[in-house]
Amino acid sequence: MDSDFSRRSALICGASGILALSGLPALALTTDEAASLINKAVGDINKVINSGKSAGAMYGDFERIFRRYGDVPTIARSALGPPARSASSAQMRAFTSAFSGYMARKYGKRFREFIGGQIKVTDARKVKSFQEVRATAKLQGRAPFAVSFMVSDRSGTDKFFDLLIEGISLLKSERAEIGAMLDKRGGNIDKLIADLKRAG
Amino acid sequence: MKHRSILPTRAGLVAVLIAAISGCSTPENPGDIHDPYERINRVSHAVNKGADRVFFKPASEGYGSIVPKPVRSSLSNVASYLDTPRTVMNDVLQGNIENAGHSTFRFVINSTIGVFGLFDPATSDFGLEERETGFADTLAVWGAPAGAYLELPLFGPSTERDATGLAADILANPLSVFSDHGTELAAATSFPSVLNSRHEFGDTVDSILYESADSYAQLRLYYLDSRQFELSGQTSAENAFAPYEDLYEEVYEGLYDGF
Repeated sequence: MDSDFSRRSALICGASGILALSGLPALALTTDEAASLINKAVGDINKVINSGKSAGAMYGDFERIFRRYGDVPTIARSALGPPARSASSAQMRAFTSAFSGYMARKYGKRFREFIGGQIKVTDARKVKSFQEVRATAKLQGRAPFAVSFMVSDRSGTDKFFDLLIEGISLLKSERAEIGAMLDKRGGNIDKLIADLKRAG
Repeated sequence: MKHRSILPTRAGLVAVLIAAISGCSTPENPGDIHDPYERINRVSHAVNKGADRVFFKPASEGYGSIVPKPVRSSLSNVASYLDTPRTVMNDVLQGNIENAGHSTFRFVINSTIGVFGLFDPATSDFGLEERETGFADTLAVWGAPAGAYLELPLFGPSTERDATGLAADILANPLSVFSDHGTELAAATSFPSVLNSRHEFGDTVDSILYESADSYAQLRLYYLDSRQFELSGQTSAENAFAPYEDLYEEVYEGLYDGF
């Protein structure tokens, strides 16, 4: 009995050791992983804002960063709100793509004010089911301000799904904005998609 | 020359405060936007937007291009310097002795080395950054609910609690202890400071007011979220992110069921 038990536990230990060595992804996103993701994202953003590129080129770079580090389908879906449920999958694809360009132009404009500045990750913490990575943006001649990234692995990969600047949520603000745009177009998603391609 | 006492005003304030707090309505679900006066607020928003278009925006652009930056900075420094006694008084009312000491040191340094607030060596040389507070924050610390959202003519976005605090800040500025014209002085210096902020953050203000589909809703969201952020910094940071929990669950609900 005793030896049987110890053999089994040795087997289990060995198996879990192999699992650990094989580098299978951890089941839950850790605070360190979230912080390192945002560190990379922030490094890319800093490179763009100090690259001296033209506005148009910067928007393209920002869109690539947004798609690489952000959970764009989820952010787009959430911004559209309840109408997303009745939209066709083709409409959702078109909306997500138009939304991604709109976000890059709209927030790229804001980030362009950061030229010559630096964003630096300060700390990260677990907030219920996701991770919050906090950063400070230091701009020339201005008081530093707080930027927070909300990171989750619920999409299958580690991505941020919201960005807070001094407590103002990008996700909440886009839900209000896209909702208002849709209302103005009588709830017509196709019209919204067409206009979103030029907005921002 | 008689010194105007701020005590009678303060007694009056307590009455206003009690009335205001008992009158503060609360939303059905915590975290919801509570805006029962939306119809009136939207009228006020249209007035404010008009005032910005015809006056504040062009005036701030003129101010920004004509007055050199060092002069603008100094005028803004004076405005925040003159607010320091009010900040210290409210730190004490909030029981925040550390901040009261911090801002008192700022006041002493900027009164002397800073030449009556024209410069801000407290921040640049002593690392004592501005930690502004007012009676609206004090009410929040004392546990008063925010109440309904308000957009005040000319003063802009607020809540029932914050508007009460603003009125108290204007009526009972402890600057009156130092000068007979404390209230007038504070109001006069805050004007160039407002123009300077409108100039410095011009692009952000423009994007909210003139580039969004519903500028009223955007401004309301910006105000309520940033207020909650400011206040939770003074109490518990945990509060600020609670609303995202529900949003997050809603966002992900059903989305990855196929996996």
